[in-house]
Amino acid sequence: MAHGPAKGFTRWLYTTNHKDIGSMYLWFSFAMFLLGGVFALVIRAELFEPGLQIVEPGFFNQMTTMHGLVMVFGAVMPAFVGLANWMIPMMVGAPDMALPRMNNWSFWILPFAFAMMVATLFMEGGGPNFGWTFYAPLSTTYAPPSVTFFIFAVHIMGASSIMGSINIIATILNMRAPGMTLMKMPLFVWTWLITAYLLIAVMPVLAGVVTMMLMDIHFGTSFFDAAGGGDPVLFQHVFWFFGHPEVYIMILPAFGIVSAIIPTFARKPLFGYSSMVYATASIAFLSFIVWAHHMFTVGMPIAGELFFMYATMLIAVPTGVKVFNWVTTMFRGAMTFETPMLFSIAFVILFTIGGFSGLMLAIAPADFQYHDTYFVVAHFHYVLVPGAIFSITAGVYYWLPKWCGNMYNETMGKTQFWMAFIGLNLTFFPMHFVGLAGMQRRVPDYNQFFADFNMISSCGAFLFGAAQIMLLYNVISTIRGGKKATDEVWENPEGLEWTVASPAPYHTFSTPPAVK
Amino acid sequence: MLKTTSRLVAWLSVPTLLLTSGHVLAEENGRSTVNMPQGVTSTSQDIYGLHMDIFWWCVGIGVVVFGVMFYSMIVHRKANGAKAANFHESTMLEIVWTVVPFLILILMAWPATKSLVKLYDTSESDVDIVITGYQWFWKYEYLDQGVSFFSRLSTPEEQIRNQAPKGDNYLLEVDEPLLIPTNKKVRFLVTSNDVIHSWWVPDLAVKRDAIPGYVNESWTYVNEPGTFRGVCAELCGKDHGFMPVVVKAVEEGEYNTWLADRRAQAEKEKELANKTFTFDELMVQGEQVYGKACAACHGANGEGGVGKAIAGSPIATGDLSGHLDIVINGSQVNPAMAAFRETLSEVDTAAVITYQRNAFGNSTGDAVQPIDILKFKQGN
Ligand code: HEC
Ligand code: HEM
Ligand SMILES: [Cu+2]
Ligand SMILES: [Cu+2]
Repeated sequence: MAHGPAKGFTRWLYTTNHKDIGSMYLWFSFAMFLLGGVFALVIRAELFEPGLQIVEPGFFNQMTTMHGLVMVFGAVMPAFVGLANWMIPMMVGAPDMALPRMNNWSFWILPFAFAMMVATLFMEGGGPNFGWTFYAPLSTTYAPPSVTFFIFAVHIMGASSIMGSINIIATILNMRAPGMTLMKMPLFVWTWLITAYLLIAVMPVLAGVVTMMLMDIHFGTSFFDAAGGGDPVLFQHVFWFFGHPEVYIMILPAFGIVSAIIPTFARKPLFGYSSMVYATASIAFLSFIVWAHHMFTVGMPIAGELFFMYATMLIAVPTGVKVFNWVTTMFRGAMTFETPMLFSIAFVILFTIGGFSGLMLAIAPADFQYHDTYFVVAHFHYVLVPGAIFSITAGVYYWLPKWCGNMYNETMGKTQFWMAFIGLNLTFFPMHFVGLAGMQRRVPDYNQFFADFNMISSCGAFLFGAAQIMLLYNVISTIRGGKKATDEVWENPEGLEWTVASPAPYHTFSTPPAVK
Repeated sequence: MLKTTSRLVAWLSVPTLLLTSGHVLAEENGRSTVNMPQGVTSTSQDIYGLHMDIFWWCVGIGVVVFGVMFYSMIVHRKANGAKAANFHESTMLEIVWTVVPFLILILMAWPATKSLVKLYDTSESDVDIVITGYQWFWKYEYLDQGVSFFSRLSTPEEQIRNQAPKGDNYLLEVDEPLLIPTNKKVRFLVTSNDVIHSWWVPDLAVKRDAIPGYVNESWTYVNEPGTFRGVCAELCGKDHGFMPVVVKAVEEGEYNTWLADRRAQAEKEKELANKTFTFDELMVQGEQVYGKACAACHGANGEGGVGKAIAGSPIATGDLSGHLDIVINGSQVNPAMAAFRETLSEVDTAAVITYQRNAFGNSTGDAVQPIDILKFKQGN
């Protein structure tokens, strides 16, 4: 039975192997990350100096929109699904995902969705130019004709995510090795289980809102058209009912990854395992009742305003618990600082900074000044880039030796870390300043007053971009050769994945392992 | 270019030093380049206070958390011979770090609630102004005063295209600012004519979304005369970055004189609508209006762009009523060609249509009079 992979291209096209599919997700996501990065660099190049230099305002808006969409739906989400595919079966001692054929399908529709979405840039009238939040009526009555393709692409991405989530839930609930009780699962499995439920709950809402747009655009309805009795604010409520849980979808699996890495390199068990599980569950629950904190300025009644302010402030509590647990895990450990650990520590520090600005944004009256400025851009990049991107990078360095059997180049890894770390802070820290000083977001040009910090941001962005090329080089050269990794790879890491050979054989746990 | 390069080098050589250096913390024209303005109203100062309070709470928590973290990273490293402990649970600790943050939040929630209640109290205003967002300018209408006007970006295109040096108020200047009296409660009723905009003036701490079909309320009370600059904060399409807000607060006397002047001017414009202009007058004015309101989409030479070409256009050279219709009522198929019924006066409409019919090689010879426009508007 222990047959290896098929040969040639059809291996990838027809594969139902969780490792192959995981790899494809990860490569796809990296490609999208570079593409979204190029869009970001176009933005930063234009913002290098005041005045219009490189792109026209209309195209600039397409760049911000595409950057946001590609990063959120193309880079971060598929990367986490890729890691889930690779790691969850190995972590719970299962031979594969529960629904392998659906797994293949949920990956393979993604390239089509993104090809379609990116193709809109070349259509008449250009691509989506209404921001990744696509507020109606800018995205309906006033949208370029290509918006229909954008809607179709979002539908496909949603279908892919829903299928992926069903698969993950089915695997976790049904395929655990005997003895692997829920409260013994690694946190990465726990956070993904909760994330998958979030996805199943909100992806249909996203599908609903784009379908309402489609109806408005082509079938004469007026859901969001005030002239026809519709309500543009309704759009925002529906969008953010999806959108806020979505931001947690992009961060919960990250919590799981660093919760695996920090104990390994602190050589000390994770502090407060069960409180981590409960904190994750409370964050997930609260994420459904805070959506309108993105809408403090739309003119909600004051009761609504207060409710969403209090609920949002409340989220800080379980999030704080997580940070305190990580810090206490490090306390009195015996730490070493290999690349995955560096990225994880940076995650904790920078994500906390992003959390602080989040807490500031939660104060509704103050949000009247912060909203739609670069302060918000700084905030969500501090949670997304060190949050999602750093944790994914940390995970890749951590598990890469297990995947391909070779150790990566540690010096290059550390160099890449410092480039990314410095680049990121140079790019995004000054955005707090220009935002507070009054620069609104999504603009191609600005007053000289903001010039110095924008120039720093732009330089930092290019440094950050260069770091990613180095990551690519390091990963490829590790796959092609290098020092052989041991089965354990690290010093006494916890988890079933370290009990199989390195590289992990094509099929693992064909017979379930014993879990103590 | 040299300036750019040297600035770049200067900035890059000392990135860390710079974040703490005096230069960054210095104020330019009395405004902080790194922090929120305190503003000139009691609400803006309340908000500034909240902002600083929560900021210092974050700094405090940060010092504790990062302190412990860096301490561990320095002291508890394997390279220093640290031996790992094995503790991994403490219900007591978990309770403490759940309850303490919760209490801090309550301390913050109370003043935040108070400011919000104040912010929402739009009752008993002295002056009411309706603010309407358009792609990409604002309309200000003084309720029951018979005065209304449009306010557009006045930064010249050459500055934006880097063909002329940029002025101090680059992108933050308009042809006609909004005037408000000092020491009066001014209420803003904010709405939109097309997509969502957001009217924001940091010094007044007023940010309200302008949403079609909604009228959102906000208010301000300014004590001292001054000029306050803001922007549209919500993405509203191509020129979102080019629709600033300028508010001028003046003494009540000056405000009343200005209001009377505006009212008289409005009367005069109405009269002009009955006047007959010569072809040349219309062409001169038409060229100006075209440059201001149409060239962005139709091209300086009528060659087209976002909009269709005017040179040789079947509508601009064909039947006059078709031309009147698309300019006054907008296009039925493409909302980019908006209705100019409200945003252009009769005189300006007549002039620009005359111009389009007789420029860029078009030569219908038609001279359209304001009265024709008025009749068309009444008929349709
Ligand atoms: C925001 C962009 C925009 C602005 C500003 C604009 N237009 Fe247009 N205009 C368009 C578009 C787009 C069309 C094509 C509409 C269609 O296909 O029905 C158009 C069409 C026209 C036409 C018909 C041309 C033809 O051959 O079909 C005329 C006439 C016209 N505009 C006049 C004006 C005048 C006068 C102004 C200024 C007062 C103006 N436009 C400002 C975008 C604009
Ligand atoms: C190379 C690193 C990155 C750089 C330099 C960068 C830069 C920017 C800039 C300048 C904007 C603001 C555009 C504007 O408001 O005008 C922006 C918006 C945005 N970015 Fe990034 N970004 C980077 C990485 C990421 C990542 C990794 C994510 C997601 C995980 C992300 C998600 C977003 C989103 C959602 C927006 C909002 C788009 C919108 O306004 O509709 N970015 N980015
Ligand atoms: Cu949110
Ligand atoms: Cu705008």
